[in-house]
Amino acid sequence: MHNRSTSLLLSAAVVFAFSAACWAQVTQYDEEQRMNMESHIGKLTGHATAGEPLYRRFCIGCHGPIGDGEGENAQWIDPKPRNFTLGIFKCRSTPTGTLPTDEDLFDTVGRGLVNSNMPRWFPLSDQNRADLVAYVKHFSPRFAKEKPGSVLQIPPEPPVTDERVKAGQEVFRHAECWKCHGVTGRANGPSADTLTDDLNRPIKPFNFHDGTRFKCGETDRDLYRIFMTGLDSTPMPSFADNLKPEEAWDLVMYLRSLQPMNTPEKAIAKKLGLKPISPNAAPAQSETK
Amino acid sequence: MPSFARGSIAVALFAVCIVLGCAPSAFAIPAFARKYGLPCSACHEAWPKLNVFGQTFKDNGYQLMNDRDSPIWQNPSYWPATFRITPNWHRESVSKVAVDAVNGVPGNQVERQINSHGFDLSGLDILTAGTLYNNVSFLLTPSSDNTGAFHFESAWVRFDNLLKSPWLNFKFGKFELDNVISEKRIMNLSNNSGSYQLYHFSPLYETQFANANVFGQIGDNQLGMEVSGHSHSDRTRYAASLFSSNDGNVNLPNGNSYTTYLDIDHAFDAGKLGVDRFGAFAMYGAAPTYYLTVGGSPLPGTGLGSKNFSREGVWGLLYFKKLDFTLYFQHGSDSAYFGTGTPSNVPLPPGAQAPSWNGGFVETHYTVNPQLIFIQRDEFVRMSKQPLVSLPSSLGNLDNYTFSLRWYPFMYSRAGFSIEPEYALTRQQGAAPITGTSLTSSSAFLGFDFDF
Repeated sequence: MHNRSTSLLLSAAVVFAFSAACWAQVTQYDEEQRMNMESHIGKLTGHATAGEPLYRRFCIGCHGPIGDGEGENAQWIDPKPRNFTLGIFKCRSTPTGTLPTDEDLFDTVGRGLVNSNMPRWFPLSDQNRADLVAYVKHFSPRFAKEKPGSVLQIPPEPPVTDERVKAGQEVFRHAECWKCHGVTGRANGPSADTLTDDLNRPIKPFNFHDGTRFKCGETDRDLYRIFMTGLDSTPMPSFADNLKPEEAWDLVMYLRSLQPMNTPEKAIAKKLGLKPISPNAAPAQSETK
Repeated sequence: MPSFARGSIAVALFAVCIVLGCAPSAFAIPAFARKYGLPCSACHEAWPKLNVFGQTFKDNGYQLMNDRDSPIWQNPSYWPATFRITPNWHRESVSKVAVDAVNGVPGNQVERQINSHGFDLSGLDILTAGTLYNNVSFLLTPSSDNTGAFHFESAWVRFDNLLKSPWLNFKFGKFELDNVISEKRIMNLSNNSGSYQLYHFSPLYETQFANANVFGQIGDNQLGMEVSGHSHSDRTRYAASLFSSNDGNVNLPNGNSYTTYLDIDHAFDAGKLGVDRFGAFAMYGAAPTYYLTVGGSPLPGTGLGSKNFSREGVWGLLYFKKLDFTLYFQHGSDSAYFGTGTPSNVPLPPGAQAPSWNGGFVETHYTVNPQLIFIQRDEFVRMSKQPLVSLPSSLGNLDNYTFSLRWYPFMYSRAGFSIEPEYALTRQQGAAPITGTSLTSSSAFLGFDFDF
């Protein structure tokens, strides 16, 4: 009996050791494969191996040594740093749920994220940023297995007209933007206080009256892209299936009228005497989406 | 003893006092790291030397421009203050010092080599810096020598992005001139390496006179105002300042003269090599050559007979991945009145001429990683015209060599600590106090440099 038990234990130990060795080899192989990750931005090719020392110099304090967003400063930061291992990114030109393009990540690194601790890394050289993108991609197995989604096609921006600004307000109402962003776009909608991100952490909607830049850019095209692709991992959905391109442009023009700077849209809204939408008058939530 | 050599000893002692006592007035501010949650290495190649991102942060008025710059975003308990001091051991050697020929008996003097070594302390910097509001920044640096005597090394307020443009910023107070190759961020701390010789150079013969031009010091913080600007990417920058010719001293001790300083530079994205930058600078000023007197003594603030001085040159930061070179060239010139110590209301001595010189340095860094950097610097100054035609042409020529490394055992976003061994040697022609031969001084230094 004693011998049998010993044999069983020995066998288990051998199996465990063999499994561990295999797992370690797979992990090592996986890591090496991932360190071959590249990024391609125009004529630039970024390399994860070149990005590693840059990441350790610039990014590690927030995003952490393994890219899980648990750097030494993460506990003090709100919003929390991105967890790269999940391969989920807010700023994309690709459909919701898909991977961003390398250009998307490159632009995000250079642009930074307003109202967060993520600065603009624009002063770094283009090559440095391309290398960083490759290294950021190496954290998530998704980039080894999936390709980025197809890039959203943005039609040319139409001229700003009274009708479009007014129509944009109607889109704002029936798409229920006001539920989170508030009837005046001040981030005080009825749902604003209940919002959480994918990790169940409280999150605030964007206040259109506060600042001139958006999370993922500052141009009209950026704004169009934001609500047509959504901000993955946040409650901001994609409206690609709900809005026609002309409606999306209408919405862009209305949102521009809410911002603190002087815009043609704001002048039109003032001329038209646009009043904030009334939630009570909003016909029906069923007609939206 | 040649009188100018005696003067040079006084200047050397003063420089030693400045370097050992007041330095390092260097800027590496963990308060910023704490504010933004970035490691020191984000802004510093190896602190206190800025990298391209840190330069942009500085040029934006200590702002990251991510809408979190105003203090309103900080926890009320946050206090933007940093302390920096460097306990050290050092050995100083001066090849020729005048001493009594018979110890304790005044009279004949001879030259002797003096070596001294032991444990010591640097001065203390209290660096408080940050933003008062969006686009309003400040720096206040009470600084003491190693005996605890304080002065204000920096005290300025700056308005950024005027007219909503990064091309227009305005600074007022006591500040460092816009030296991208900043002596306040010099990587070395010893007596012979803790400053750039050219940032403080005056001809050796000139230094013996009380009215020598001590106003034209590029390395010293100055009292005045500055207009500066840069492109959005910070690749192109300029700064123009106007300041009193008082070398940063308060209470207007010299008079009513002013000096201007201008720097223009541009950076290039050199692909995999890094970001390289080239610039040019010029400083033109005037300073008094004599004063009204009371009881025969100069009356402070009454400087008269102003004469001109100038410094101009070019510089560059060249990166080749982990290897980088800091290049600097300067041409300097002082009025013959400064050079010969002559008040401008009396005739110049025969053979007097405006002294001029050329000099430069190459500082090489090899940054193994943000926690280990090797530094080597070669600096030279060559006189091209002496204040008197009769003086030896090489009088005051100067060479300096520095070898050091800085090791940062840890790197995070709360405090900074580095261990720095270094060796530096300076040789100046004609500076020996009695024989007028060349004078060599050297420093061996081991410092524990920390700020928090």
